[in-house]
Amino acid sequence: MQIIENSTVYDAIIVGSGAGGGMSAKVLSEAGLKVAVVEAGPFFDPAKPEHQTQLKWPYESPRRGKSTRFRPFGDFDAAYGGWDIEGEPYTQKDGTKFEWFRSRMLGGRTNHWGRISLRFGPKDFKHKDVDGHGDNWPISYDDVKPYYDKVDKMIGVFGTNEGLDNDPDGFFLPPPKPRLHELFYIKGARKTNIPVYPSRMSMLTKKINNDRGVCFYCGQCNRACQVYADFSAGTCLIFPAQKNGGQIDLFVNCMVREVTTDEEGRATGVSYINKEDRKEYKLKGKVVVLGASACSSARILLNSKSKQHPNGLGNSSDVVGKYLHDSTGADRAAFIPDLMNRKVSYNEDGVGGMHVYSPWWGDNSKLDFPRGYHIEVWGGMGMPSYGFGFNANEFNKFFGTKVGGYGDVLRSDAKKYYGAVVGMAGRGESIARRDNYCEIDPTTVDEFGIPVLRFHYKWSQYEINQAKHMQDTFEEILINMGGEPLGDKPAKDTNYGLHNPGNIIHEVGTTRMGDNPKTSVTNKYQQLHDVDNVFIVDAGPFTSQADKNCTWTILALSMRASEYIVEQLKQQNI
Amino acid sequence: MDRRKSLKSIVLGSVAGGLAVHGCKPSTVTEEFVEPPKINYPGRVSLEEELIEELTDEQFLNPHEIETLTILCDLILPPSQEFKGASDADVVSFIEFMAKDVPTYQPNIRGGLMWLDHNCNTENGVEFKAATVEQQKAILDGVAFYDPETPANERPFEVNFFSLIRNLTMTGFYTSKIGIEEIGYKGNQPNVWDGVPDDVLEQHSVSYDEEWLAKCVDQSKRGIIAEWDKKGNLIS
Repeated sequence: MQIIENSTVYDAIIVGSGAGGGMSAKVLSEAGLKVAVVEAGPFFDPAKPEHQTQLKWPYESPRRGKSTRFRPFGDFDAAYGGWDIEGEPYTQKDGTKFEWFRSRMLGGRTNHWGRISLRFGPKDFKHKDVDGHGDNWPISYDDVKPYYDKVDKMIGVFGTNEGLDNDPDGFFLPPPKPRLHELFYIKGARKTNIPVYPSRMSMLTKKINNDRGVCFYCGQCNRACQVYADFSAGTCLIFPAQKNGGQIDLFVNCMVREVTTDEEGRATGVSYINKEDRKEYKLKGKVVVLGASACSSARILLNSKSKQHPNGLGNSSDVVGKYLHDSTGADRAAFIPDLMNRKVSYNEDGVGGMHVYSPWWGDNSKLDFPRGYHIEVWGGMGMPSYGFGFNANEFNKFFGTKVGGYGDVLRSDAKKYYGAVVGMAGRGESIARRDNYCEIDPTTVDEFGIPVLRFHYKWSQYEINQAKHMQDTFEEILINMGGEPLGDKPAKDTNYGLHNPGNIIHEVGTTRMGDNPKTSVTNKYQQLHDVDNVFIVDAGPFTSQADKNCTWTILALSMRASEYIVEQLKQQNI
Repeated sequence: MDRRKSLKSIVLGSVAGGLAVHGCKPSTVTEEFVEPPKINYPGRVSLEEELIEELTDEQFLNPHEIETLTILCDLILPPSQEFKGASDADVVSFIEFMAKDVPTYQPNIRGGLMWLDHNCNTENGVEFKAATVEQQKAILDGVAFYDPETPANERPFEVNFFSLIRNLTMTGFYTSKIGIEEIGYKGNQPNVWDGVPDDVLEQHSVSYDEEWLAKCVDQSKRGIIAEWDKKGNLIS
């Protein structure tokens, strides 16, 4: 089969259209560069009626919103893809288990995420100085702050300036008022001496420009917003850039195989498989920007082997794929008797997700784990969907009355307990380690003939101790809310409910940045040490994760790297 | 005749034939199986639509099972002056779909319905659907309650069967239009969230901090474009 070459030479080819790729497309195209964006999934625009799942009723899904292989977060979730994509496997090594979530569509995983938009703090960039673990980033909070500020204003995030040490202030839109169950959380957390603040999430509680609508409080951000009132990379970066006259050629359903290089080993573009005709094509570009996700970008680099780069592109250090790390996660929920018999007189959908949260409050020098976590809260009288009414009166057991039955008692029990459960989730920082990694599995290819990733990832005792601390904290708060914690308290046999790595979908670190080309993949501008015209704008270059979600930092760093690319092209350095 | 129609008639025809051979009363439900209108589900990609079509094309429940389940589901959520019943929300069609979407449900549903008939025949000399309501309820009274302290996988089969049907009936009903109306959910429509109503705060003995409220959005200014001073204080 002949590889079909496109004659256009792009200033930049961007691989992936999520937070990193989308931001890069916006910055580069608005600087006047001709840009190609290559996305492995289909076009998606939630303003198009045929793409909308927002404001649909459960009975508009034959499975009433139950999850499917295609949409693990429910039949109405905007993110198409999941842990298990037909024809695109990945494998595991040494009995370890990493769960890899991919979202194959324009905007990538930004169509799904909870929009929790937390800046990393000063400590997060230099955490080795604090506790001796992992490595410091080659940049500091002060290097990134101006970009966080610009991202806040460009995209919009609600929150409050609280003057906290490691949870920096920003340019916030005003937050929504807490819901009823969140008032209970505030009460319980304060009694436990854990601080609570308005959450920081990227929905527009106030107008930010004339292109995007304001939140109308349907609580369905995970279904993607038809008025663009929440952040996703398509609606807030790529479409506005196109509207502003940016020259962006979108290649959708195109799966990049490798970065192509010339005799000197510099990148000349990419080759990709068009999923529709299953043929291989080549695109030429002066610069290649990888934003395919930390693991996908590592895969592309490792698969881009040549005479000049026998170990994969940018991998003279042998660090590509190493230091993979995800956030830790553990959860608990409780039945809150004081939330029984609620009035259903009002709509409390609110924004999609929590209105309050607790950033990390602890002093790790006094604990048996080095890094913290934040607490997310859920609950309320949500829209019924698949699973509603399962074990409808199981809470009768707390009152010593019979559980089960049939007839109208089920109706009154369902109403009695509607909105009386509150859940908490901890999302914490793990330490980046060289022996947690992804690599190419030489025995397996996907349906496009591209070698796939094989994962090796083990939690250490630090993450397990952290999960134990989460469980102790959750139980204390839930009891202080007057609650009856549900299920057995996760114990040692389950690593205290610690989720498998990958499950929290915050994969970072596979192409870490550093000043030393022997121990890192990119420099502090996310440019490969080995090849000056290849950049990485997803979370691969993160030297460490924080106890924060990674998206806001991906956006800020992608903006910073993209402005650097524009500068370097102007100066003809690349 | 298109593929979907022919598949259905093959499945239903053979089942009805089977029943006739064994001398059972032929079902009257068959007439209701006309080609359903093609529904366009929102926001689906083609692989998902193909799966829905494939599942819709299959027929899992036979006419006798449909009749029995219809009676069973209406015992779980009975129609009355005050409330609609499970069959008003077509819960059995939902269970039919779920049995194909989650195939592990199938042996429990099918075996459970067989158990129900066996039990009713033993006790009353008739199958479940032909029994009186009192006889039917007497059987349910023996399986409808469970001990939540016993792990589900250690409970008797018939108890778990009934729990499964009760769960699917409750979900099927309360995710339908009439069920959502009954539960009273007020959301899934554009609105402006401005906090918990006072009477609700009072009912649950909680209140807002003034300090906290002062930080929250002033909904009368939501349409004004945000501006900040250099320190990040909102000034518009």
